[in-house]
Amino acid sequence: MTNEILLAGFGGQGILFMGKMLAYFGLYENKEVSWLPSYGPEMRGGTCNCSVCISDDPIGSPLVDAPNTLIVMNTPSYDKFINTVVPGGTVLIDSSLVEAKTDRTDINVYYVPATALANENDMKGMANIILLGKLLKETNITSMETVKKAMEKVIPPKKAHLIEANIKAIELGMQQ
Amino acid sequence: MAEKTLMKGNEALAEAAIRAGCKCFFGYPITPQTEISAYLSKRMPKVGGVFLQAESEVAAINMVYGCAGSGIRCMTSSSSPGISLKTEGISYIAGSDLPCVIINVQRGGPGLGGIQPSQADYWQVTHALGHGDFHAIVFAPASVQEMVDTVTKAFDLADEYRMPAVILADGLLGQMMEPVTFEDTEIKMSDASNKPWAACGHGNKRKHNIINSLYLKPDQLEDNVRARFERYEEIKAKHTEAISDYCEDADTVVVAYGSTARLAKSAVEAARKEGIKVGIVRPVTLWPYPAKEIAEACKNAKNVLCVEMSMGQMVDDVKIAINCSKPVEFYGRTGGIIPKPAEILAKIREMGGKN
Repeated sequence: MTNEILLAGFGGQGILFMGKMLAYFGLYENKEVSWLPSYGPEMRGGTCNCSVCISDDPIGSPLVDAPNTLIVMNTPSYDKFINTVVPGGTVLIDSSLVEAKTDRTDINVYYVPATALANENDMKGMANIILLGKLLKETNITSMETVKKAMEKVIPPKKAHLIEANIKAIELGMQQ
Repeated sequence: MAEKTLMKGNEALAEAAIRAGCKCFFGYPITPQTEISAYLSKRMPKVGGVFLQAESEVAAINMVYGCAGSGIRCMTSSSSPGISLKTEGISYIAGSDLPCVIINVQRGGPGLGGIQPSQADYWQVTHALGHGDFHAIVFAPASVQEMVDTVTKAFDLADEYRMPAVILADGLLGQMMEPVTFEDTEIKMSDASNKPWAACGHGNKRKHNIINSLYLKPDQLEDNVRARFERYEEIKAKHTEAISDYCEDADTVVVAYGSTARLAKSAVEAARKEGIKVGIVRPVTLWPYPAKEIAEACKNAKNVLCVEMSMGQMVDDVKIAINCSKPVEFYGRTGGIIPKPAEILAKIREMGGKN
């Protein structure tokens, strides 16, 4: 079983960071993992996406084109990817930034006003982590213990003070 | 065991080069390999090495030429258009019998092409990496861990046979992150002490060494080239590598290298689940080419499928490997498009069991 995850939004929203966190969740659960960013001009403020595979078996294609899990943080990405999700898949949408509502009934869709929540709770720039918290709640992708371990690994030592804030953002996401 | 950490292929390869004793890196930025330069620019000074961003790819390869002549382990890296610029220098390095490691993180071509993954430099790297009669050892890793493991091997063989070794990756392998561990926990020593041919300081204790690729007398040049090709025979006998899976009872055998091999393997495993008898053989070295290993893997097959991220370059070598004894079909995407396992599976289904 491979969990094929696609994360998409604008450059600067922390899409790649969110992907890296997910990849470490997999790694610490002793799974095979891969992380593949879109690269090139997208990195400079355009649309940005990131494929993450978490699997029991070695991963063939690291490129996700039919995700089980999709997190979108802008309208262009929503338009581009909403119909690529496999039936039964999970979709998380930052509804502060994406107005559209899907009429697909074969997928589990969660609308989370993540950017608004981040701004209201003094967590500017952490909408991505709030969405990650929501994913944790809805899919049991990993444990809170693993989340903390991954945070400590991914957040560089000189920004260690941000670990606590990130954990709070995860918890806020889990309450949604 | 060392801790598993997630790293991009480019960065993992750069770290592995440091641990393999690479002391000098000369490069010029180009997507999708720039992380190699960026990583080494930070890391190399910390281990007492030299990181130098040259004014061009041509300058970088000629710095490698000079550095290799002094017996120090050195490396350059680029992506497709940049490698084209380096080919003159690579030919000089081969003609002077010098060891070095060259990385090509391929992107789409020709010309400036694109920046997405490609395997369209196969012909160049295996058949014409510069003018004249020569080869470079060519490795085609298929995972980030293999990018790491290949670097040490490339430096060791380059030194042993005094010739350039190339790691042929692509944008997919360079940009993706996978878990890696480093077996070489200590940095290997790299000096010229075991290289009696090196042009380095010796306090007038011996006759000076000359590094040269110019031989104006044809008989001398012929002897020189012949001697080099004798060494090539030894490399072919000792260092040709391929990995085959599920080939024994396969009606169809897929041949693919590098990142395409992992995509193809997913397709092969999916086809097996459908009951299609299909196997896969992956050349790990592209030169020397594992012709015997491919012939062996294909011996019971009815047909063969070559998959590449190009218009079909390696496919000719597959036909030669099996002496055109059975039909060889081709499936490829190019221009930076990564073939989907589902596309390869469709092609396998079409060929499965077909005579």
